[in-house]
Formats: sequence, structure tokens, C-alpha cells
Amino acid sequence: MTHRAPASRTLKVDAIARVEGEGAMYVDIRGGEVHDVQLQIYEPPRFFEAFLRGRRYTEPADITARICGICPVAYQMSACAAIEDACGATVDGPLRDLRRLLYCGEWIESHALHVHLLHAPDFLGYAGAVDLAADHADLVQRGLDIKKVGNQVLEVVGGRAIHPVNVKVGGFYRVPTRAELAPLAERLRWALDASIDVVRWVSTFEFPDHHHPLEVVALRHPDEYAVVGGRLVSDRGLDIVPAEFDDHVVETHVERSTALHAHLVERGEFLVGPMARFALNRSQLAPPALAVADEVGLGADERNPFRSIVVRSVEVVHAVAEALAIIEAYEPPDRPAVDVSPRAGVGFGWTEAPRGTLWHRYELDEDGTILDARIVPPTAQNQPAIEHDLFHLVADHAGLDDAALQHLCEQAIRNFDPCISCATHFLDLRVDRS
Amino acid sequence: MPSLAVWKFASCDGCQLTILDCEDELLTLAEQVQIATFAEASSAMVGGPYDLSLVEGSITTPSDAERIREIREQSTTLVAIGACATAGGIQALRNFADIGEFTSVVYARPDYIHTLATSTPPSAHVTVDYELRGCPIDRRQLLDTLAALLVGRKPRLPAATVCTECKRSGVACVTVAEGIPCLGPVTHAGCGALCPRHHRGCYGCFGPAEDPNVAGLALKLVDDGMPRADVVLALRTFAAWAEPFRAESRRDEEGEP
Repeated sequence: MTHRAPASRTLKVDAIARVEGEGAMYVDIRGGEVHDVQLQIYEPPRFFEAFLRGRRYTEPADITARICGICPVAYQMSACAAIEDACGATVDGPLRDLRRLLYCGEWIESHALHVHLLHAPDFLGYAGAVDLAADHADLVQRGLDIKKVGNQVLEVVGGRAIHPVNVKVGGFYRVPTRAELAPLAERLRWALDASIDVVRWVSTFEFPDHHHPLEVVALRHPDEYAVVGGRLVSDRGLDIVPAEFDDHVVETHVERSTALHAHLVERGEFLVGPMARFALNRSQLAPPALAVADEVGLGADERNPFRSIVVRSVEVVHAVAEALAIIEAYEPPDRPAVDVSPRAGVGFGWTEAPRGTLWHRYELDEDGTILDARIVPPTAQNQPAIEHDLFHLVADHAGLDDAALQHLCEQAIRNFDPCISCATHFLDLRVDRS
Repeated sequence: MPSLAVWKFASCDGCQLTILDCEDELLTLAEQVQIATFAEASSAMVGGPYDLSLVEGSITTPSDAERIREIREQSTTLVAIGACATAGGIQALRNFADIGEFTSVVYARPDYIHTLATSTPPSAHVTVDYELRGCPIDRRQLLDTLAALLVGRKPRLPAATVCTECKRSGVACVTVAEGIPCLGPVTHAGCGALCPRHHRGCYGCFGPAEDPNVAGLALKLVDDGMPRADVVLALRTFAAWAEPFRAESRRDEEGEP
């Protein structure tokens, strides 16, 4: 039983576990009313946007990958898209398909990690996956095996699971043969069935009832469940191209965080990531993903962040099915990369990282030297949304005792799969030239 | 059961993720060691002392400089994992620049930011027992090191070059065959010559090998047509602050020939 909670108290969690990076939480309740909720990011800054200045246009694919070991491909893909935009180059056909395949590997790896190792233990009452495995080794091992298939895709196409070496502006250094992809297809066919079973499993968890809808924002592509390219849209009328991002999303620097906070102009907090993508693009999921979403009753109107584990699991099914389809249709391109010649200008690019839209902007001089760089990662965009969500969660559950409330809040933060390592490396890179 | 702690400093999380990427071995490992502290993987955090600490990331804040000392005191064996923890990482590019200017470029309110002027590896602050190179570390090398420490033998961490690994695995030399610039002759082994296998020159993410002739390679790169400014950039990436790379990349500014 919970104790009766005092009317005024503060809660502090100094290190949030099972998230990527270092963050803390602060809750202030006064007279029974929630006064303040803060997600504090104390991950030390690494100044990527500062040291990218003066580097060559060929380097951000390798350098920005190091912002995040969990989603390096997202950085590589958004960086390449922005630089190719600046240089007027287009990467399409089988090279674009290979990029999508690589990205599928990252979605599988990152989502399977979050679902099984970081998030599921919350719903089943364990401190982590190792404790969970003591009772349910088969369930954890299945999750690890699905994750491994994602890593195998990354290794075969990208050369390495973390910080792939095979990505360059214009395409790849070397493209795989059909024979090299064949063993992957075999593993992916196993993962398709296994990941569908995971959706069924996680959908049976008990989810706290919690709905405080935010504007949902994601890329949308006419022909695909958008991952590389498309327009940025929302459920409240946003519909923009990459060059317009800056006019609609503003970032502010608050004292409690080494990550900037993003807001939509005149509208406020918004949500990117799996819940947003699913809400906006559900009908474009691969057939097996759509079928299992229907089966477990997950509709496009789903807004309970606690159910994000089900959405993430459905996206794993989608990524597995997409990867299989790409491999089955694959014909190696004539050359591993298109030529990208530098020219003076500004380029913009975005893709859907596992955690949401990741936007890059580069300004180049005529020989391809980077004059200015800006990166807005998904967690910086979601940070105000997470605080908004926590505020309402605390208000709705202010009667819980400290331990129970703290546990609920930590769980709520993990619902968003925040990547704090990412968020910290992207603050406003704009140089004030006035 | 020996206790294992995993610690994070300034980094991308990729090296500790490598532990979770041991999908076939993770649950077996968890039976051999008590995972006492590993914030990315578990909310259960057991206090020290620890038999083995794996440290990811570089030291970039005053409080982290203090924290690495406390971790050292609590740890029987301390292993630094990855380029950040062995050379300062990509964020050590600040060491060549003005940190005040960097902060003002990135943050609207530089007064909110508490950071050191340099990014340095743990070995600049405390005694480190072993170092695993790489950006990120190699999974097989990690497993071999953990196995060695568990049975009480010395880890096998060959100090050869990527160039040697490449020759041993029979990959055609990308420089000799195609004129592709490659840092393989001066870069520490451990990746299995990944880049040359992908028709790309090594870009040095495992940092300098033992006693590398960096100046010699730099001359060769310039001879082959790479502008000296690009040679400096090639040396200033993920192990930029490691002494042999640092010294060569600074040769011009120090006015030596």
C-alpha cells in the first residue's frame, strides 16, 4: 500500500537508468499541486557543431556518427542527405535502397535493444534484462537474437554495427553482392516471425492509463513508411521541406540542460519518434506489421506513451519486412557511389532516426570546406514533450508515495527512449554574426 | 562471483553498447560476473568496491575529473574502453582550439556550461591497467579481455598495425594497388582491417600503433598528392590527442621543418 503523500515535497532522481546517456529528473510539488517538473541533462557537451567547421564535406558521415553509438546510421544518412543537397547530387535507385536496408538494420538493432533490454523490465518488475533473464531467459534471448539480425544487416552493408565504415557522401565505398545478402534474408525470415510474436507478447503488458496528447511530427513519403526523405508533417497541419525546418522549430537554451529545447513556433511542445510516425503513417506499414497492429488493436489514434513499446515492436516487424523486400529485389548498382562535387552553398537533410526526425544543415564553401553546421536530434525535440508528459503524469498521480511516483516517472521517461548522448551534442550551432 | 562495473564519461555510448552487442554471450557473461553497476542496462546499482571497472569516455568536466579518481579507488582492475577513454576521442578537437569560442558557438548561454578546456583520457588522471582501442572497440577483443581477466591471465592486445592485419588476411593493399590514401601503416591493430576490406583507406579510428612513423607516412601522403592541410585533418579525428598523431599534426604550427 502507498502511504499518504505529504502535500509539499521534492523528488530527485540523480541518474536515470536504462537510457542512452546521462540525465536526471526533478519534481517539485507544493501544496499538493505540481509546481515544476524538469528533465535535467548533464551529459557533458562535446561541441560537434563547433569542430565541424573547417572540416571537409566528405567527413561528417564519419564524424557525426560518433554523436551516438546506438543510432550512428541516422547521423550518417542525415549528414549525407544535407551535403548532397548542398552539392546538388541525387542518390537514388539501388544505392538509395541499400541506404534504406542499412537503416532497417539500425531500426531493428535500436528498437530491439530498447524493447527488450531497456523497457520491458519496467512492465515486468525487474531492474534490467539480466534479472529478467533469470526468470525468462528465452524471452530475453529471443530479443537479443532479433537485435543481432539488425546488427548483421549493419555489418554486411555497413561493414561494422557501430559506426559503419562503408558509408560515404554519394553512396558506399563498396556495395554487397546478391550472394553476400542471401544469408541475411534467411535470418530476417526467422526474425519476421519472432518479431511478430514480440508484438503479441508486449501487447499483453499492463499499461497505466495516460493520455495527454501532443502534436505528433514525422516525415511522410508518398510511397514508403518514411525513413529517408519526405516532407515533415504533423497532425495539426505542419507540412514543410527541410529548408523550412528552421522557420518552424526554435531552440532555446535552459540552465538545467546541456541539450537545447525545441518548440514549434507559436504552438509549443511536439513529439517525434515511433508514436508520431505510427500515428501519421500507419497505413504505409509493410503488410505483416499492419496485420499484427490490427491483431493487437493498435490504431493510429494511440497516444498513450506507455504503449510505445508496442509501437516500437510493430516498427521492428516493419523494418524486418522492408529489409527482406529490399534484399529480394536487389540488383547491385553499376558503381558504389555517385560523384558528389563540392560547390558553395547551403544544404539541408533529414531522416527518421529510431527516436525520430534528425535534421542536419551544412554551409559549404566552393572547395567543400564546412563553414557552418547545425544538427537537431530527436531527443532535443522531444525534451519539452517529455517534461509536459511528466508534468501531467505527476499531477494525475500526486497521491503516490515518493518511491512509487519516482518509479512511475522513470518509466515514463523511458517511454520516450530518450537518447541523451544525442541531445547534448546538438545544440544551437547558429553563429551570431551581428 | 567477481563484480563488474561499467562507467560512462564524455562519449557516444557505443563502446558500452558493444557489451550489449555480445548477443550470444551476454547471458552467459551475466552468470560469470555480478554486473554491479551498468546504468545503461540496469536500474540496480550496487556500491563498490568492484573487481573490474570498464570505463568509457573522456574526462571533460571538473566533476568527472573527480569521479574518475573515485572509480579508480573502488576498482581492483580498471580497463579503459574505446578511443575516448584511450585518447580523448573526437571531442579532444577542443584541445587544439579555444574552448570559450567553442562554447559560444554552440550555446546561447555559455555561462550555463561547465566544461574543461581539454578532453583527456582517464590515463591522464589515474592509473589505467589495460586499454582497449577503437572507435568503437572490437567485440571479440572485448570478450577475449573479459575472459582473460576472469581466469586471471593477461589480455591479448596485439600492438601491431592495421597494415599487418591487412597483409595477414590477404587483402590487396589499397594504396599500392589503387593509390587510395591509408593510415593503416601507423594505426593500431584490432579492427581486422575493416576499411581496406571495404575498398577504403584506414582512417585511424584505433589510434596510433606502438612507435609509428607518422612523419614518414605524412610525407608519403603528400608525395601521393594529398594536400598537407588534409593530412592534418586525417590525423585529427577520433584519436587526435594521442601523442604520435598530435605531434605530427602540430608540426607546422610549431615551426619545425
